Amino acid sequence: MILQEAAAAAATPVPATDLWSQLYVFVLASFIGLGVIRRVSRLLHTPLMSITNAISAIAVVGSIIVAGSDYPRNIRILGAIALFASMTNIVSGFLITDRMLKMFKSPARPGATSKTGDGGHA
Amino acid sequence: MHGLVQLAYIVATGLFILALHWMNTPATARRGVYAGVAAMVIAVAVTWAEPAVVHHAWIVVPIIAGFVVGVPLAMVPLTAVPQRTALSHAFGGLAAGLVGSAEFYLGYSEGPATLTTFRMVAIILEILLGFLTFTGSLMAAGKLQEVKWIPQRAVTYPLQNLFNFALFALAALLGIALVLHPTAQWAPALFPVIIGLSLLFGVLLIIPIGGADMPTVIAILNSYAGLSAVAMGFVLDNKLLITAGALDGSSGLILAIIMCKAMNRSFTNVLFGAFGQVQQAKAGGEAKVYKSETIEGAAQVLEQANLVVIIPGYGMAVAQAQHKVRELYDQLKKRGIMVKFAIHPVAGRMPGHMNVLLAEADIPYTDLVEMDEINPDMPQCDVALVVGANDVVNPAARTEKTSPIYGMPIIDADRARTVFAIKRSKNPGFAGIDNELYFSDKTWMLFGDAKSVIGELVKQLSGGSGMH
Repeated sequence: MILQEAAAAAATPVPATDLWSQLYVFVLASFIGLGVIRRVSRLLHTPLMSITNAISAIAVVGSIIVAGSDYPRNIRILGAIALFASMTNIVSGFLITDRMLKMFKSPARPGATSKTGDGGHA
Repeated sequence: MHGLVQLAYIVATGLFILALHWMNTPATARRGVYAGVAAMVIAVAVTWAEPAVVHHAWIVVPIIAGFVVGVPLAMVPLTAVPQRTALSHAFGGLAAGLVGSAEFYLGYSEGPATLTTFRMVAIILEILLGFLTFTGSLMAAGKLQEVKWIPQRAVTYPLQNLFNFALFALAALLGIALVLHPTAQWAPALFPVIIGLSLLFGVLLIIPIGGADMPTVIAILNSYAGLSAVAMGFVLDNKLLITAGALDGSSGLILAIIMCKAMNRSFTNVLFGAFGQVQQAKAGGEAKVYKSETIEGAAQVLEQANLVVIIPGYGMAVAQAQHKVRELYDQLKKRGIMVKFAIHPVAGRMPGHMNVLLAEADIPYTDLVEMDEINPDMPQCDVALVVGANDVVNPAARTEKTSPIYGMPIIDADRARTVFAIKRSKNPGFAGIDNELYFSDKTWMLFGDAKSVIGELVKQLSGGSGMH
């Protein structure tokens, strides 16, 4: 009986109970996001935006499943285009973020790798 | 296997959070990129290894294509970063929209069991957000790139907001109909209609938005791109998608709030306020007189200064003047003059735009000072040099109640002892508002392209010091 239920639950892609755990994860992740992003240096808002671009291209995960599974051809075409779009974002997002971050230099001070460069100007 | 996949996703989530955490100071920020890349590689590898994934060529080819397009996109000049960012929001929205569509048609062919109400809601949200982000971001990118056939200024027409709202309400209503009857015979035909409405809405949403509001709009679109990924996570029951999308969504939200505060405006005002409309009535007022100054004169005043504050704006980006600015910075520093850069949060076309340009020119980030920190020092400032900035130094924001920018926090350039303003032409700025600062007693204009004017200043200063 229990096994049958489990099998039935496994067959449906989204068991109804998971709705709440998904929302739970969403709310918690949003609060973590707000907390972490608030602390990001204002100097770095442009790189922040490009790195979050790259991170939100995590849609790549969904795209791979749609493009690579044994689905009808038309569906897979949609997935392949989505995969291309996400991959472009991942590659260009991370590369340009790193390129920009390389440019942020603290003034050359002997032996000081300023960790508090942010508040350095009095 | 399932357990391993979930474990890998948890690790990736942690790495994404660390990636953003390390962005809190330039010293650790690059570490953040490596963490992000590692998380992404894990996510891709684990998903690809799923037994359900069997058509490997269908994955390899798009990935290669992504590299082919992505690498050049990462090499654009830094002045083009706002366009690139908008374009990548478009790609993100497109990916979400397409995956959402695929999930719907798959579910439809598989039968009613797959299209639960919850999943349908998520699919509809995913395609609405995804496709409106797609066209909206393309429009934004087009405006930023100054593509010919997309008007730069705000385009408005009567009942615009009402029309947009009605359009969106229609899309939402059709969406609700689909949620209630996901397996109806008309469902597959209705679905593209919703997509079409969403695409149209994206275009119409951005048309009334002018260039000065772009930093906010880009941030909002950033948020939408993240939320569409969250919706995809709901559809696919994938918590990694939900967390990563939520991080992106909250990042866009915070940036948008910061931008709005820096303009003393609300979200709704930015999206539906159609800036650029109000001041048309005021144009054609009395002709005021600018005082212009020669390069030699300006150089002499600069040489005598103790504290010079340079206020960069979008004009510096347009003229690609950041490297010349660096030379000027060096010339002044050599004379023992203190030089600071005053950065307004909305200077430029995206959050943090000026910082990146100045960092590119090797100016140490400790000399890039935020508006709130520099303003108390402005009365001690001998020379405020305005390079292609306009609205962010307009004192009308403090005094002129009728001005559209009234209440916006500004950099107090007018409190400096002397102001030099470099300006391309005698036209008003992007927001189309006259700037009182330019007519002030202590302001002297240097007309010309920012790059050549600063180049001349540098030549004058270096020549002058050589003669001694």
